[in-house]
Amino acid sequence: MSEHITHVEEHRDDEASKLGMWLFIFTELLLFGGLFLVYSVFRMQYPANFHEASLELSVTIGAINTVVLLFSSMTIAMAITAIQKKNKKLTLRLISVTVLMALIFLVNKYFEWGHKFEHGLYPGSDLMHLLERGHHLYFSLYFFMTGLHALHIIVGMILLIICYVKVSKGSITNDRFVFLENGALYWHLVDLIWIFLFPLMYLIS
Amino acid sequence: MENHGSHITEYKVLVRVLFVLLLCTFLTISVTGFNLGAFTVTIALLIAGFKSYMVLSYFMHLKYESLLLRILVSMVFVLFIIIVLITFIDYSFR
Amino acid sequence: MSTEYISFLDHQGKYKGIRSWIFATDHKRIAFLYMYAIASFFLVGALLGLLMRIELISPGETIMKPQTYNGLFTVHGIIMIFMVVIPGLSAVFGNFFLPILIGAKDVAFPKLNLFSWWLFMLGSMMAIASQLLKSGPPDTGWTFYAPYSTTTGTNVIAATTAAFILGFSSILTGLNFIVTVHRMRAPGMKFFNMPLFPWAIYATAWIQLLATPVVGITLIMLIAERLFGIGFFNPDLGGDPVLFQHLFWIYSHPAVYIMILPAMGVITEIIPTFCQKKVYGYKAIALSSLAIAGVGFLVWGHHMYTSGMSEQARWFFSLLTFIVAVPSAIKVFNWISTMYKGSIDMKPPFVFALEFIFLFMIGGLTGLILGSVATDIQVHDTSFIVAHFHYIIFGGMGFAFFAAIHYWLPKMYGKMYNFKRANIAAVALFIGFNLLYFPQFIIGVQGMPRRYFDYPPRFQWAQITSTIGGFILVSALILMITNLIIGVRRGAKAPANPWNGTTLEWQIPSPPPLENFDEAPIVKENPYDYK
Repeated sequence: MSEHITHVEEHRDDEASKLGMWLFIFTELLLFGGLFLVYSVFRMQYPANFHEASLELSVTIGAINTVVLLFSSMTIAMAITAIQKKNKKLTLRLISVTVLMALIFLVNKYFEWGHKFEHGLYPGSDLMHLLERGHHLYFSLYFFMTGLHALHIIVGMILLIICYVKVSKGSITNDRFVFLENGALYWHLVDLIWIFLFPLMYLIS
Repeated sequence: MENHGSHITEYKVLVRVLFVLLLCTFLTISVTGFNLGAFTVTIALLIAGFKSYMVLSYFMHLKYESLLLRILVSMVFVLFIIIVLITFIDYSFR
Repeated sequence: MSTEYISFLDHQGKYKGIRSWIFATDHKRIAFLYMYAIASFFLVGALLGLLMRIELISPGETIMKPQTYNGLFTVHGIIMIFMVVIPGLSAVFGNFFLPILIGAKDVAFPKLNLFSWWLFMLGSMMAIASQLLKSGPPDTGWTFYAPYSTTTGTNVIAATTAAFILGFSSILTGLNFIVTVHRMRAPGMKFFNMPLFPWAIYATAWIQLLATPVVGITLIMLIAERLFGIGFFNPDLGGDPVLFQHLFWIYSHPAVYIMILPAMGVITEIIPTFCQKKVYGYKAIALSSLAIAGVGFLVWGHHMYTSGMSEQARWFFSLLTFIVAVPSAIKVFNWISTMYKGSIDMKPPFVFALEFIFLFMIGGLTGLILGSVATDIQVHDTSFIVAHFHYIIFGGMGFAFFAAIHYWLPKMYGKMYNFKRANIAAVALFIGFNLLYFPQFIIGVQGMPRRYFDYPPRFQWAQITSTIGGFILVSALILMITNLIIGVRRGAKAPANPWNGTTLEWQIPSPPPLENFDEAPIVKENPYDYK
């Protein structure tokens, strides 16, 4: 609700920024949604194969990654509380912890994938194409979905680092923090996707 | 235009939410250890749904946002679920 | 507090010359950038269509080899769908007029708007590149069905990457418009005080936002299949080609509503103006736009009746397809009812609008034949389908685009054009169009397949008629465009309100100043307040 016409350059509407970020999140949900749709079709068609193949994944690493992401969601949410309470130092610390969590997630993923690669299991490999159909589809989905997710973790990390710099320089403050809110929203999205990815990939009974 | 109603989520609320989320994660891992047939994935998805609800409401602040935003978010999830269900009308009956 | 009037075209900003255009964040300039690009792509696509028509004028090889023909109909589709009709009305007239019609000075995110245009140009360049790179133009049809698209040697990856980038542009435009409508309406303008073109753009924006990501991920799956053999759509690896079709049409059906909703919005603006009467059933038209957008997400399988889907799936999609026709029909009733006892003025925008209604109805009614499973199976993949979608897309969205440019050109350029020549062009277009496409219905029912460059001699009468129609159509297009260019260059100065319209664009000078409203716009409760 603007009271009068202001010049284009002075126009600042935080609600609009936030709405824009939510709309972008919707597109990401639908993007991953397409993959979840493919997953559900093939899981329905190859239930036993999907179960067997999932045994190749380490539930422990998956669980650690889940905890790491959930924790990081909390820390970035806390960062917003911190900036609202004018605690710049704490805000910076919390953003740093969040980025560190992201890094831990990626390192785990590196080891997980590395282990598969060492055994000749990677998209396009000869071994992949020799697998039973359901197994092959499972691993194609595994690499595609966790890969796309990891890409979003990287993008999220970059966004959060930009947030860090902006808080540090003072362009994000207690009465001007929609950029941090939006960065946090993007980060929560990455967590949301993993909340579904973990049980669907690692915990198939 | 300044920030919205400026609701501040207290740290302890966020910690409690994390605790609930970790509990649910542990629950999911335990439940999927048992074989309850088709129910297992249903339960796992329901728990995941609840976890998402918590993340959306508290971490993503939806609980304190406008009704419009809450409706829009719900509609997007509903749209996705409907699309999956319709696709299954094909695959279930082939 | 009024400032001295300077048209947005004369405004001197940070940049000079061409950079004042390609770095512009003014929604009106961005609209022009889209318009010139899209008009060029349309002419190229039309030329490709004409080449196809020349090939089809006689059976067997006429002017090109079969492989060339396959490449031609593919690129004709890619250009027309992704570079012309999907962006078309939203990116040009949505950009120019959405902010003005809601009393705003620009869209919510002007820089993002410019970025959308840059993406559009990048995607378009990639699409052109896919024609020229080593492995040859894609020959899959614009629908890229697996398994052919995953195995053919042609430049499928380049073309699908182009489509992905173009899709991203569409998503960002949709996002921008949704926030614009929610946050930038002038004080006093509630949702139900908005004119109906903004309503149409708003409904369209939601489809752009939510449907496009699905085709985005599908195209990436296609690329992954070509590069790594991931197997989702390959039966040998356990996958299902029909799954590709599901994913593809989950976007591409809503996409046709991206094409037609703004078109209906334009017609809904033009008719009250040239009948000098308020629109009949404002709320019904507004809500039917939302209904079409919503239900449009649930009907995609009607493109797949012969693909091997379950019987239950075919019933479901058929039922939903009949349902989605209802809100469109509501609009047609309301347009006609608006005209009843109106004071009708047969200026070119209105002539085009009348032609739109006629052509759209033929397209829509033949759509009912296609919605019914039994009749669709007879005509699937025949030229009946080609005729149907050209009536709807070209006769519908295309003629609405012509109507829009004739309606709004005086406002955009501040110049008038010759009405008589415009009306002659409109009639010639109509004649050429029907000659071109109507025979295709007939031979489609008789068995003429689509995407075939050869055919038995008994279909030749129709192919010749169509080709003649095509030449008349293109000549009329040239006449129409030339007339508009003459108007822009040498036409009379346009007043602020040449048509005595009531919506906000007619309350500001032609062309508008940079920030549209030098004084706060006067918002009326009824946007179609004709005395």
